[in-house]
Amino acid sequence: MLRPRIIPCLLIKNNGLVKTTNFKDPKYVGDPINAVRIFNEKEVDELVVLDIEATKNQTKPNYQLIKNLAYECRMPLCYGGGVQTVDHFTEIISLGVEKVAICTSAIENNNLVKDAANAVGSQSIVVCLDLKETLVSNRYVLFTHSGKRKTDIDPIEFCKKILQQGAGEIVLNFIDRDGTMKGYQHEFIREVKDIINIPLTVLGGAGSYKDISSLFSAFGVVGAAAGSLFVFKGKYRAVLISYPNHYDKEEIVRKGNSDKQNFN
Amino acid sequence: MIGVVNYGLGNIQAILNIYKNLNIPAFSISNVQDFDKVNRIILPGVGAFDWAMEKLNRSCLRDRLDELVIQKNIPILGICVGMQMMAERSEEGQMDGLSWIQGDVKHLRHNIKFDNNIMDVPHMGWNDINIINKHPLFRGLDKKSFFYFLHSYFFSGKNKKQILTSTDYHGRFTSSFQNNNIYGVQFHPEKSHKWGIRLLHNFALI
Repeated sequence: MLRPRIIPCLLIKNNGLVKTTNFKDPKYVGDPINAVRIFNEKEVDELVVLDIEATKNQTKPNYQLIKNLAYECRMPLCYGGGVQTVDHFTEIISLGVEKVAICTSAIENNNLVKDAANAVGSQSIVVCLDLKETLVSNRYVLFTHSGKRKTDIDPIEFCKKILQQGAGEIVLNFIDRDGTMKGYQHEFIREVKDIINIPLTVLGGAGSYKDISSLFSAFGVVGAAAGSLFVFKGKYRAVLISYPNHYDKEEIVRKGNSDKQNFN
Repeated sequence: MIGVVNYGLGNIQAILNIYKNLNIPAFSISNVQDFDKVNRIILPGVGAFDWAMEKLNRSCLRDRLDELVIQKNIPILGICVGMQMMAERSEEGQMDGLSWIQGDVKHLRHNIKFDNNIMDVPHMGWNDINIINKHPLFRGLDKKSFFYFLHSYFFSGKNKKQILTSTDYHGRFTSSFQNNNIYGVQFHPEKSHKWGIRLLHNFALI
């Protein structure tokens, strides 16, 4: 049976690893290659690495860094940041990366998802939606450029569009929850989950293994991504890389399953 | 010596790193002469069928590869799209496959045995295997072994005896096959931690 995925998400700025809060105040937490080595030892399900400056600075993906990451990675790797063209996709996949994530360029370039899916296959196309609730309408809208620019695009309509175009996975990234560790936002996840038939991963807010269990019990086989949870320890947010061991992981998945049965 | 075909696709380094840690000699094959040293071949792959076939055909490695596999019977392991390329054709593309095994590659949604309503495609993540025909490639691996899958298409063969393992995903598909010296796995052993390492180790000992 297919298992839900537990995914550390690493943010890159100036070749260093950082962790943000609400997409702001990047705090340096270490060296990305070193972090990958630690996550290798912990046998993580998948790793997401996002360069949070590439699009903002309008630079190309840093291929040397991506190559170094892919070289070290013993788990499946998803890279995002600065990917704007089909050539960027093919180049990154050729370096040994399994999946490529786009956010801003999926919104600004109408055909990118379709063209990239034709070139490298849907399985490697990840669309990441940076979401924030608007104060006026209490509706979520999409943001671009690492949360810097607001759009008026409705995320549900946008999901329908990229599904048609051949996206292989959707990542919901909740800007308001980023770095807060107060749990995942379930209501909006439900709205998206109900209309898509491709894998879904959620990022933003995970503060404990219990949050991950709750996500699995509510939504079944989805990806639970987290940053702070896997790089910080304790209330003073000391930097310490962690990940559930085999036993913890079994518990998280088992609790997710048993809760689900109780709800049914 | 194990040679990993470097036609510009797939995570060759991840495979080489694993063999390095196992103290098993392995290297990347980039030109025809490199094949002279090998007694095992791995055909890796990530990406769409036509893209991968085109890259392999253009790599100048194709003819020698056909010769080694078909005439010299050198064991070869296809990974993910590398496995799918070994079939006759794929619904994902227009190009001919390598035709090293009878069968086609179909879209997961085109298997009538699958429950389409609740199935997410691609099949993405960690799934287990059912051993269908026992083989040394899966020595030490069983129903409790997990492998990383990332694909929208699956191999649909003609001969049940060639199925080594199947995997359940709202239905059942062939997750690995063997046709004499030709082996294919739909999952990524190079990204499947201890279970994948075991499989790659087993392949070196076949």
